[in-house]
Amino acid sequence: MSTENRKMKSIWYFVGLMLVAMGAVVMGSGMYSFLNPGEARTVLAELHPALWWGIVMVIAGLIFLVVQRRQMSGSKGASQS
Amino acid sequence: MITIELSTVDWLVIALYFLFVLGIGFYLKRYTKGEEDFFLAGRKNSSWVAGLAFLSANLGALELLGMTGNTFRYGMYVAHFYWIGAIPAMLFLGIYMMPFYYSSRIKSIPGYLKLRFDEKTRVLNAISFGVMTLLVSGINLYAMALVLHTFLGWNWDVSMWISAATVAVYVTMSGLLSAIFTEIIQFFLIWFGLFLVSFLGLVEIGGLDEIFSRVPAAFNTLWSTSSNPIENGMLVTWGGIVLGLGFVLSFGYWTTDFLVVQRAFSAKDLRAARMTPIVASFFKMAVPFIVIVAGLIAYILAKDPSSGFQLLQDGGQVNYDSALPLLIARYYPPGLVGLGVTALLAGFMAGQAGNISAFNTVWTYDIYQSVLNKKASGEHLMWMGRMATVVGILLSIVTAYWAKGFPSIMDYMQAIFSWVNAPLFATMLLAMFVRWITPNGAFWGLLAGMGSSFTLFLAVKFNWIEMHVITLSDVASDMAANFWRAWWAWLICFGVTIIVSLVTKRKPDEELIGLVKGLTPTTDDGSLPWYRKPGPYALASLLVVVVLNIIFW
Repeated sequence: MSTENRKMKSIWYFVGLMLVAMGAVVMGSGMYSFLNPGEARTVLAELHPALWWGIVMVIAGLIFLVVQRRQMSGSKGASQS
Repeated sequence: MITIELSTVDWLVIALYFLFVLGIGFYLKRYTKGEEDFFLAGRKNSSWVAGLAFLSANLGALELLGMTGNTFRYGMYVAHFYWIGAIPAMLFLGIYMMPFYYSSRIKSIPGYLKLRFDEKTRVLNAISFGVMTLLVSGINLYAMALVLHTFLGWNWDVSMWISAATVAVYVTMSGLLSAIFTEIIQFFLIWFGLFLVSFLGLVEIGGLDEIFSRVPAAFNTLWSTSSNPIENGMLVTWGGIVLGLGFVLSFGYWTTDFLVVQRAFSAKDLRAARMTPIVASFFKMAVPFIVIVAGLIAYILAKDPSSGFQLLQDGGQVNYDSALPLLIARYYPPGLVGLGVTALLAGFMAGQAGNISAFNTVWTYDIYQSVLNKKASGEHLMWMGRMATVVGILLSIVTAYWAKGFPSIMDYMQAIFSWVNAPLFATMLLAMFVRWITPNGAFWGLLAGMGSSFTLFLAVKFNWIEMHVITLSDVASDMAANFWRAWWAWLICFGVTIIVSLVTKRKPDEELIGLVKGLTPTTDDGSLPWYRKPGPYALASLLVVVVLNIIFW
């Protein structure tokens, strides 16, 4: 196995990165709606689903990134796990 | 009619998705050095990675939209597709069939047929699989463009070409490796993007018990109305569900369709390969939380005039597929709408990538190398795989335009699976478990099975025979006919294979070692602790699905 293969980031890194990036955008949108309450256009808008779901996504993404980082530092194997 | 309006922040979420999948393709290209990397993702995946990809290859957007719509029509009977129609077959693959597949180091399902039987059976299956995959891929592409046009108002041609080009770019760069990575991204996008629809629906209506109390009795049962087809919306008997869906269609798809099985071949060792469908089974049985719950919520809202919720109408016909997009529009504010649309988009594109990565492998190994260029080097085969990806995408686009001019082709999609997969399951079952089945028996049995399924389809379609002749009941839906046709195709293939095998020459036993039960060393899990063995997990999965069936009996 080549050196490059040993350094390949696992899929969980990309999952974590994507959840953090998208979660941050959703959370930001929810925060804007929370701070600037206008005319509610969706059912259950008063629950601010974008705000708390965005937070959930960011936390989940960070967990993936931390776990992946610990896996990578603990093992230099070539598995994509 | 546009039902979902996108804001700038929604477009930002969608742009992030495209950035990620293209970025992953570029990133992985440097690690795709040989044919094994390109066609089998290097055989380095854990059971988690392979398992989630295994499930995601099946979890397309068409299925999510269609099954939510079907729940609106038929109620909880749709759960049969996720429980009896999937879990037993997935567990059977992991426990009994995977040792033969994985240990023989084959690169495709037709490759197994070559080792077990001969070249002609392999090529017959490779060609039928290739045609089926491109048809399904093209129809999916058309359906995606149609959904995006209907619900978002996107230009038909632009959305189709951009998504097809994106898939072509990342699959061409790193083959199955990038297909698997994007399938796992899709898995998380679907759960994070669509879970909230069901959750907010439950909040609005008042919980699961309230939902069940507000739907007709036949909508919240699985089996108690299955003895009389008139009593259930699907117009099917328990026999059709068990034999057609639970046995033939389910086993035919989950154990022989290379689109899903290829993901298990990418596992790092036999244990991981066996665990692949078992891991996937737990997530598969959870999907009804999205599609069944959302479908029942849509049904309740549509029956309540004060909710202001109605499905779309196309030319006087109810568009059942509009249930899920309309729920997204109902509950999701800006930002979340983009996430929901991205989940559907990811489902479409990952499905496309799955089809194309399976097609390029079968084309390269089982048609090109097998028939056209037997001495091709590994480097040349990888180049051919990349070319097959581009040509496969272009052929899918041609099929999509054909489907656009001939929309009823959509009705044939489920039928296409029963033409190819149902008889193939009979062939594989006999191949792995009966050593005296001969190459000629397999070839003629497979041909007879595929031919009979296709002929039965035409016979019912053009009224050459009455539907009740194959469904064994006076009342039956198209779906029930599909279940029963699969059963008959399987039985004909099974019977012809045995009869021809009785009068033709079998392969010597020494050529079948590792390929047939009785001539293959038993999989030894003895040295593993119990919690590392696939068996206990398969048993747990089976128990959970039995309990679910009892709860919703």
